[in-house]
Amino acid sequence: MARRGPIRALLASRYVHALTTPHSVDHYLDRVHPMLSVHQVRAVVEEVRPETDAASTVVMRPNDTWRGARAGQHVQFGVEVDGTRRIRCFSVVDSESDTRDRITVSVKVHPEGYVSQHLKEGLRPGTIVHLSQAEGDFVLDDHVPDHLTLISGGSGITPVMAMLRTLRDRGHDRPVTFVHYARSRADEMFSDELDAIARDCTWARVERIYTRDPDPTAAVEGRFTPDHLDAFAIDAARHPTYVCGPAGLIDVVGETYDKLGGDLRREWFKVPTVDLDAEDATGTVTFEASGRATDNDGRTLLEQAEGSGLAPEFGCRMGICNTCSTRKVHGAVRNVITGEVRADTDEKIKICVNAPVGDVCLDL
Amino acid sequence: MTALRENDTPLYDAESTRVYDATDHDMAPEPLVSDDATRTSTVGLDLLTPEELDELGRELDAMRVRLLAELGQEDADYIRRVMKARTALEVVGRGLFFVPFVPGAWLGGVASLSLSKILDNMEIGHNVMHGQYDWMNDPELSSKAFEWDTVGMAKGWKNTHNYVHHTYTNIHGKDRDIGYGLVRIDPDQPWHPAYLGNPVYAMALALLFEWGVLVHDLERDRVTRGEETPEEWKARNAGTLAKIRRQLLKDYVVFPALTGPFFLSTLLGNLSANLVRNVWAFAVIFCGHFPADVESWTEEEAENETRGQWYLRQLHGSANISGGRLFHIMTGNLSHQIEHHLFPDIPSRRYPQIAPEIRAICEKYGLKYNTGPLSRQLGSVAKKITRYALPPRKRGGRGFFDREWTAPHGR
Repeated sequence: MARRGPIRALLASRYVHALTTPHSVDHYLDRVHPMLSVHQVRAVVEEVRPETDAASTVVMRPNDTWRGARAGQHVQFGVEVDGTRRIRCFSVVDSESDTRDRITVSVKVHPEGYVSQHLKEGLRPGTIVHLSQAEGDFVLDDHVPDHLTLISGGSGITPVMAMLRTLRDRGHDRPVTFVHYARSRADEMFSDELDAIARDCTWARVERIYTRDPDPTAAVEGRFTPDHLDAFAIDAARHPTYVCGPAGLIDVVGETYDKLGGDLRREWFKVPTVDLDAEDATGTVTFEASGRATDNDGRTLLEQAEGSGLAPEFGCRMGICNTCSTRKVHGAVRNVITGEVRADTDEKIKICVNAPVGDVCLDL
Repeated sequence: MTALRENDTPLYDAESTRVYDATDHDMAPEPLVSDDATRTSTVGLDLLTPEELDELGRELDAMRVRLLAELGQEDADYIRRVMKARTALEVVGRGLFFVPFVPGAWLGGVASLSLSKILDNMEIGHNVMHGQYDWMNDPELSSKAFEWDTVGMAKGWKNTHNYVHHTYTNIHGKDRDIGYGLVRIDPDQPWHPAYLGNPVYAMALALLFEWGVLVHDLERDRVTRGEETPEEWKARNAGTLAKIRRQLLKDYVVFPALTGPFFLSTLLGNLSANLVRNVWAFAVIFCGHFPADVESWTEEEAENETRGQWYLRQLHGSANISGGRLFHIMTGNLSHQIEHHLFPDIPSRRYPQIAPEIRAICEKYGLKYNTGPLSRQLGSVAKKITRYALPPRKRGGRGFFDREWTAPHGR
């Protein structure tokens, strides 16, 4: 798709805003066609295909508001279901050379995940989705070190797959060790492509460990242990490493690298897990903007914010006037009037009538 | 169960006997809490027993929960249709000012732009800023981000309207919307000779309503009363001048200039559209709050009120205007002011749907449901504005000279 032309630059200018004020120009363009936006990133879904039995790949064509992604970055992906925009963070899996014109995400279905299930079952080509620009600093450096290691587990493969594809397309020729932990080959994303890279790219050492259904010819078995580094000839102290996957994997790899003094870059996926039956308030309430945090004591978020020394705006304290509406960055909250639980990323909530369920992060 | 429950699975059970008591976790708005915790509010006690008031509160809370659970695609589609209409009317209206020599074009432009501004302010702006569409998680419809096509800023309005007016509805000394500090509209506002100009003030307020709201929201009197330092006042209202400048530039400089030789005609067109919107908004808002039979309360009466009493105050502190579907939309569904005051953050298209239920509840409890056609409500407001220009009559007195010419203090 063409880069931002003079017409779009003009539309995004303050001269045009003087005409459209107090609304943005996108407010007008949206009414004509949502893909015409000049500030908001939009993409149209071109293809939804199954990746594994429990994962699907969504290929999208962005409008030219999109500035591309670096390998390893993620986007906030917003899709409207029954009137509500649900936002989740997904890694862009494309090779960096493709991310100008295409955005692909591969998403594992979370058994309780509203959006991941919708992507697999309900998302149709032609749907327009709302994206953020690419975010995150878990990215390949411009100068890739001589010997690079990429370690991933489960759906943590997605950002490192973007890195591996980027290296392949750049004509990279120095050693890269790619280690991936999946439950079985059937649970593994991108199996055929990984086979092809292992076969064709002489510089790439591709090692896959199936923890539940081991391959008898594999060099190692089971979950990551420090021994695996030796088995794959990875010198933690000398080979910069990227790791992404479940918290358990990152913890063990992190401890190992800390001990060996290696350069390790980590990326976590935040997945809210909620135990509604637990009577005791658990978790931590984080106030992102002010950099404070407090142990969840079960009171409303407004009261807990005030207890932490913050003074959020509030009005009626009874869920009527909306003065206290605040962006929840992530986490689950329970409305104390209706009992409704909301766990979307990046949504507005009234903090006077919502209590945290587990970890919650607020933009306060 | 240990996993995250779906957002779309209601966690409450509409059939269960669980009591939805919204007062469980809300602190009553602070100034309404009496120093004497044992004193109970008298709101509605002349009409219902405390038990009946509690039952009323439970019934309306349950309705609120039900409505929240029902929100979905239809509500999203509705507000987007209204936004589309608003935008189309604006584009057509502004476009017609480029061809004022075509017969009827100028008048059509004024009509179209007026309707656009009315939709922007009422069905979209007012309702979006109440948070009626925050559940959609669409930044364009977020109560925090929305800015409307009027000189006042959203920020100040959300304080005086959403918070002050909707929490302290019709409580003297708390709800600053009673007469907007300019018009004597309630017998409990102390009379003063300056109120002889009441009808003139009301007419001026109608024509300049967006400026009246701006001044109202700035709350300069907080400085004169010593509740705020001039610096705090400035900080609270930061951005106001920039907003005014942008609004004035757009309507009175940029768009007129774009039409070149028709500068003056466009300027007059934009001015007219703003006036039409002002008069309309004034009429709808005054009819929603000040016709005959709308009640008001003292602070003492409302202190320590229960959820049921709060609902009753909303119910008897507002009035509806009857009319057709298009009329309701053009009022921002504030023709259903009663339903709006009961559930200010429920999308407005639900108000006409639940109005029969609210009416039935009122009948069941023997409560008033104040409604009537625009002409009657407007007439009733006009009558009040004229009557309250004059001081209260002496008991049993009939003529002009039987009036008490001193301001009553207290009640």
